[in-house]
Amino acid sequence: MYSSVIDEHLTTRTKAAIFDVSHMGELMIEGKGSITFLQNMITRDINKLKQGRCFYAVMCNNNGGTIDDLFIYRFNDNKFMLVVNAGTIDKDFKHLIANKENYEVEIKNISDETAKIDVQGPEAEKIIQKLTRYSLEELKRFEFKETTIQNTQTIISRSGYTGEDGFELYLKKEKAAEIWNNILEAGKEHNLKPAGLGARDTLRLECCYSLYGHELSEHINPLEAGISFTVKLEKQDFIGRKALEKIKQSQKKLNIAFELVERGIPREHYKVLKDNKEIGYVTSGTMSPILKKGIGMALVDIDHSEIGTEIDINIRDKLYKAVIVKKPFYSYKGK
Amino acid sequence: MSNIPEQLKYTKDHEWIKIEEDIGIVGITDYAQNQLTDVVFVELPEIGKQVEKDKNLANVESVKSVSDVFSPISGEVIEANEKLSDSPETINKDCYGEGWIAKIKIKDKAELDSLMSAEDYKKLTGSESH
Repeated sequence: MYSSVIDEHLTTRTKAAIFDVSHMGELMIEGKGSITFLQNMITRDINKLKQGRCFYAVMCNNNGGTIDDLFIYRFNDNKFMLVVNAGTIDKDFKHLIANKENYEVEIKNISDETAKIDVQGPEAEKIIQKLTRYSLEELKRFEFKETTIQNTQTIISRSGYTGEDGFELYLKKEKAAEIWNNILEAGKEHNLKPAGLGARDTLRLECCYSLYGHELSEHINPLEAGISFTVKLEKQDFIGRKALEKIKQSQKKLNIAFELVERGIPREHYKVLKDNKEIGYVTSGTMSPILKKGIGMALVDIDHSEIGTEIDINIRDKLYKAVIVKKPFYSYKGK
Repeated sequence: MSNIPEQLKYTKDHEWIKIEEDIGIVGITDYAQNQLTDVVFVELPEIGKQVEKDKNLANVESVKSVSDVFSPISGEVIEANEKLSDSPETINKDCYGEGWIAKIKIKDKAELDSLMSAEDYKKLTGSESH
């Protein structure tokens, strides 16, 4: 049984929680041209991704706007998996096909047949270890292994969207319910609880992880979104590079983290003001179950984006005092 | 089943009101707090505020959403439950007692006739929870 967002959130931070995120999309890129193809598609340097590892990346359009943010898994030089947002599966697939050109790649959408179960929290390793012979100790953060969980072919990835140690499991959908139940059973003595997308959102927000459609969109490029570590202008040419070079030279906006000084809860789209002048808007906001404060991220004029800047958030036509703080609110606690 | 005390009056928007002579004590129902789950912030009305029946009296926020608390009656806010500023979760723990939101000096007692009895409210929530 699901409980409440706060309970699920705190359980993830202190014990472990299991999330059904099968709605996420999985796109396979296979063939000799995979590396050069992906190098053109993403803003990060695919050559920096080692075999058996995954990393966070961004796909842009020619204007530098964000098509999607995703995780890329490198099985070998000729086989990659892109894990994309549910709402953008079709768009991403079309975007990849449209830019396939002469690259020697095959692009497959395996989203419908693939289930994804995340087990996150300090107890996650002990729980999953009960169900697999593969020694999870060997798996470092952002490494993955094609192995089995109770005889079911599974990709076990040590990664997640919560700021805790944990695993993302990819398996055939036919086996998902059985594996889900078995994990729940194995997790009983570790106080494992199922958690939903509400907790997933507050967990990622404490870590300042972007969520597509909020911090990122076709109108918000990754530089403005504050994830410039994903943009490698010095690598080979890629879609959106020219636009991003230009944006970098005269960047006007930046996504920042803030916390309310007064009691209150910032929400998406609330206006951000500095000295009564509108300087931006909240992209995500919530009550942090860990800090017990109103926290959020906002896209603001870069001239007012310094840490320590005092700002106001307009909540139902009342101004609430807030201050820009360093990202994230909660640092990764895993291995 | 949610708890619906007999002696209170209710609105279709899930507020309750307890009448003490010309004062009405207002809060949200057990059904409402259950639907909201964890209440994490309550925006209380200012003392002296003139409120109208069925218009915004306060706002109650859970992690995920903001909900209006509509005033069951017209009148003047004479007290707000300041305890909710520090402990908004009191609404989850004791919505009909310590979790009251505001006290209103009733302007027109005739308005009370349009409120729901416990029995009517039971029917409403019974049909909504199906």
